[in-house]
Amino acid sequence: MNSDIGMWGIVIAVIGGAIRVSTPFLFVSLGECVTEKSGRINLGLEGILVMGAMSGYGISYLTGSPWLGVLVAGLSGCVLGALHGWICGLPRVNDIATGIGLMLFGTGLAFFLGKPFVQPKAPTLPSIPFGGWSDSPQIQAALQVNVLFLLGIALAFALHWAFRNTRWGLIIRTVGDSADAALALGFSVKRVRTLSTAAGGFLSGIGGSFLSLYYPGSWNESLSSGQGLMAVALVIFARWRPLHCFMASLLFGGAGALGPALQSVGITSGYYLYNAAPYVLTLGIMIATSSTKHQLAGAPGELGVVR
Amino acid sequence: MSDTVIDLPTRTPDPAAGQVALKAPAADPALPAGPDPVKQKAAAPPAERFVMPDALKRPAEALFWPLASLLATMLLFGLMIALLGKSPLQLYQLIYVGAFADSFAWQNTLQRAAPLILTALCVALPAQAGLVVIGGEGAVVLGGLAASQVPGLLGASPVVNLVCMAIAAMLAGGLWIALAGYLRHWRGVNETISSLLLSYIAIAVFNHLVEGMLRDPASLNKPSTRPIGDANMLGVIPGIEVHWGLSYGIVFCIVLFLVLRFTTVGYAIRIAGGNVRAARLAGLPVGTLILGCCFVGGAAAGLAGMAEVAAVHGSANASLMAGYGYAGILVAFIARQNPLAIIPVAIVLGGIGAAGGLLQRRMGLPDATMMVLQGTLFMVILAAETMYGRLKIFRPAGQ
Repeated sequence: MNSDIGMWGIVIAVIGGAIRVSTPFLFVSLGECVTEKSGRINLGLEGILVMGAMSGYGISYLTGSPWLGVLVAGLSGCVLGALHGWICGLPRVNDIATGIGLMLFGTGLAFFLGKPFVQPKAPTLPSIPFGGWSDSPQIQAALQVNVLFLLGIALAFALHWAFRNTRWGLIIRTVGDSADAALALGFSVKRVRTLSTAAGGFLSGIGGSFLSLYYPGSWNESLSSGQGLMAVALVIFARWRPLHCFMASLLFGGAGALGPALQSVGITSGYYLYNAAPYVLTLGIMIATSSTKHQLAGAPGELGVVR
Repeated sequence: MSDTVIDLPTRTPDPAAGQVALKAPAADPALPAGPDPVKQKAAAPPAERFVMPDALKRPAEALFWPLASLLATMLLFGLMIALLGKSPLQLYQLIYVGAFADSFAWQNTLQRAAPLILTALCVALPAQAGLVVIGGEGAVVLGGLAASQVPGLLGASPVVNLVCMAIAAMLAGGLWIALAGYLRHWRGVNETISSLLLSYIAIAVFNHLVEGMLRDPASLNKPSTRPIGDANMLGVIPGIEVHWGLSYGIVFCIVLFLVLRFTTVGYAIRIAGGNVRAARLAGLPVGTLILGCCFVGGAAAGLAGMAEVAAVHGSANASLMAGYGYAGILVAFIARQNPLAIIPVAIVLGGIGAAGGLLQRRMGLPDATMMVLQGTLFMVILAAETMYGRLKIFRPAGQ
């Protein structure tokens, strides 16, 4: 195989890009999946994502350990998630509005605290080269797979199993499908939802740390471009199933990789339009899957946003 | 929370409530106040304590909680600033100086408030019909872009140009947000997510056109469209030296307030927003109402884009994306979606934005400081929603 692979270059770049770009989608969508399964929506994941990216990068820079950065990113996401969970637990507070508030708050806080980390270079996460069998540098580059991606796949399977087979999985689903039934069974709806929102925040924070610690691999204020919000639509598209979240993430990642892939082979006209591909895709999917007549199949019964 | 804590404010009538009493008839957003106040007075026990008339309770409460939230936010945020080793007192003093101390500060504040009033309407009006639309930023950029093309294509006299610019901007912004309303009502697509996605798409289209087809070859460092020309620029309101865009927003707010409060259309909108099923049963054209609210809201945001182009930047470029669409969400929620309340709230938030530069220079705080302050305020305001109806003093007699 020679280096001139023509159009295949775009395909390989999109596949490689899909693997890289999908990881934050994967974590955020799994986190949102846990939150929404409990019957609450968190639109503030965008803010949590940015906060995770900032704190992960900052800790990695200060301590030299990117994995510690990932952990702290998760914890910061957990705190913001718990905050959202607590405020939404108050009577008469609207979770959609609070999510929008958290989006602004998390982003602002990240920009504010992250100012000192815009310039310095922090150690980033390692990746595993799966492309050693090929001579082609494009394929080798495309198959540099980050450990977090593999962790995310494992997590998708684990959640899939846990929702069906564990006590906690059942409790979360019960609370999400019918608060009355959960109350009758003696579960605290509020506590389960707050914990689910915090857990969702933890995963979203990790997703954010991937942005700053692997790809694109630096911290700046234009790092996230709505991935957190697209993940909300992605979960609806995946019908609240963790394994479908994984596949939907790959699809979204591929759409997100289209612009850079075309640019890498010299197609630059329409750059902005190609970069808007994930938004158009999300919107198209939402139009195709929503309906005014009936609730979406598989939707948690208590979830207001899809009604 | 124990009853004693909640009871505290009832003993000392709060000053905010007293102020309301003076201007209550004009500011009263309450639904037709139930019982006759005279009868109420007779029924009330002969109290030596201050008893608020029922008609004032709702407006007083609607004023009290936002002010309490603002105070709580200032305490919280001040604590955070203190933890970082800076002086909160100096911070608030600088915000006052930068926003409201002199006529120059006021001009800066009002110039920022002008687009905020209009973008807040893009949230508040759909909210009256029960929709949470957060895509105002997209309507602003498309409105600005549409307006920037009018003088070149039309080439008429400045007055005709400006009128057509406003119409083009309102059409562009209105149709964009109406699309989110259409998708919501006829396709069941969640309008919060779709409007934000539409806003991202609008920004992509804007960038594509401004850096491609519509780019002025003379704009080297910062891609822009061709300037609209000095003759077509929007002037300033004599006396306060702020561009006319401010008056657009204020007129828009007052008209919408009157329409919502005193017309059958406004009543129908509020029914549709409160209970869609009831509205359908009553035979109201819910879809048309939703589309109309989204269109007019989007038109307001588009007009904000036109005013920014015609009064501030002189052409459409990336400066249009200054986050007015997002800040408008905050304004609308603090104003509790009331068009009249939007005006003072936008002025306060415009002032906070105007003081940002001063804080950067004097205290070495990053420009995101104001974002944190606004975000904190937003969260506190939303959490305060739970407090409505909890204080005895604001409850109608007999409850």
